[in-house]
Amino acid sequence: MKVLVPIKRVIDYNVKVRVKADNSGVELANVKMAMNPFDEIAVEQALRLKESGGADEVVVVSIGPSQNQETIRTGLAMGADRGIHIEASHDIEPLAVAKLLKEVVTRENPGLVFVGKQAIDDDCNQTGQMLAALLGWAQGTFVSGIEISGDKATVIREVDGGLEHLAISMPAVVTVDLRLNEPRYASLPNIMKAKKKPLDSISVEELGVDVSPRLTVIKVEEPEARSAGIKVADVSELVNKLKNEAKVI
Amino acid sequence: MSVLVLADHDNGQLAGATLNTVTAASQIGGDIHILVAGDSSGDVANAAAAVAGVAKVLVASDESLGHGIAENVAPLIQEMASGYSHLLAPATTTGKNIMPRVAALLDVMQISDIVQVVDANTFQRPIYAGNALATVTTDEAIKIVTVRSTAFEAAAADGGSASIEDATAGSDAGLSSYVKSELSSSERPELTSAPIVISGGRGMQDGSNFAMLEKVADKLGAAVGASRAAVDAGFVPNDYQVGQTGKVVAPDLYVAVGISGAIQHLAGMKDSKVIVAINKDDEAPIFQVADFGLVADLFEAVPEFEKELS
Repeated sequence: MKVLVPIKRVIDYNVKVRVKADNSGVELANVKMAMNPFDEIAVEQALRLKESGGADEVVVVSIGPSQNQETIRTGLAMGADRGIHIEASHDIEPLAVAKLLKEVVTRENPGLVFVGKQAIDDDCNQTGQMLAALLGWAQGTFVSGIEISGDKATVIREVDGGLEHLAISMPAVVTVDLRLNEPRYASLPNIMKAKKKPLDSISVEELGVDVSPRLTVIKVEEPEARSAGIKVADVSELVNKLKNEAKVI
Repeated sequence: MSVLVLADHDNGQLAGATLNTVTAASQIGGDIHILVAGDSSGDVANAAAAVAGVAKVLVASDESLGHGIAENVAPLIQEMASGYSHLLAPATTTGKNIMPRVAALLDVMQISDIVQVVDANTFQRPIYAGNALATVTTDEAIKIVTVRSTAFEAAAADGGSASIEDATAGSDAGLSSYVKSELSSSERPELTSAPIVISGGRGMQDGSNFAMLEKVADKLGAAVGASRAAVDAGFVPNDYQVGQTGKVVAPDLYVAVGISGAIQHLAGMKDSKVIVAINKDDEAPIFQVADFGLVADLFEAVPEFEKELS
């Protein structure tokens, strides 16, 4: 079975983002970029599946400008076998991303798609569910555990009230949550090896998908900043402030 | 213009986040209908019909809808969608699971997790863990929107008298089936709607130490939450997690105990009215957002806090 893992290049999760002065978006110039942390977990899960004999090939795919090839190389250095870069010059919305991925799925015919449950830049939490809908496949979302046997998988989902176990038919799209695994670091020899792994580029046009945006961003603003308050000396001062000043207890 | 709100429920009770979503719907304007897709969820339908401002409740009842399986619920909403200008759902794990599937079936780009209705086509939503707010507009014929419940007041749970009608029951897509749930049971208020939340972080050192927070919570009528670090360490279950990818809370009082204050955690609680931080590290970033900071060893401060409340 082949596993496809879509990966997104985003601002590194440690970077404090800054809104551009003209309110057109956030500052991306000279900012450290990295693989979306949820997608790293997806890559890791695909690799573990392969290592346990449950998959024979792991293919990573990323959509964006040429710099996305670095993100793909990161996935290859972690252990993925092959990369696909879909060249796109502007931001692509989740619906269009799902349509592009559907075309990749049609070409590659994977038995499973692992993808992060959300990207930490736009925080949309849509792509996996949309891809499953377009393919008519089952979806397991926010997954923190998975067991595959034959053409069925049992997934454990992190839901608001706790955990939910679902049986899903394969092929399926599984969106992964934080506690599924801890992704490995790429070792130096593997980073060197990754440079020789196959990486194909395809253009959006070749895939025949209309990726024109449906939403218009009018402005991006800084949220109202919360200023630091005061330090209290001890617990009784704290309780006194909460009771008499803030009046919340 | 009319708005269809997908009810979040467990077949027995209407989830509170549905009421906040009704408020967002009323700000959009037009008739408000609630869809209760479930299995023998008559009580939920009655509760939905009593919500102030709701014109009609549509009930789709079938065994295949009993557990909110997206593959079964989404085609049902797709079929009903043509009569509506907007489809709304609370941004709970149920809404987040189902609505993007509906959006793709209808070829519509969804707007996730809105915090403000600017007008019927324009919404504000947080991006980058709430470090930026984007105002986006759409001219899609049907707008599909999920709503962050903490950003909208709850609609009154009574006073309404909507009609209740049966909707197409739908059918089992045969793709997924429910196996079981492991739900945390607690007598305390629900985390996302509690007026007071007390959360513990890595500094709690061990799951058993959360008992200290529970004692305080019981005195204050508060819910207990946690940072990702505390959940990852196995101190408490996943449904305690407050943050960018966990639950978003905005109580009157948020008490952060032994939480350093990573931006991913702040994303889930920085809209709280009053924030208290108890941490022994006076450099911890949590103090930059706290109204009242106490630099102290939590193992001394928390029991003392509990005693002072008596």
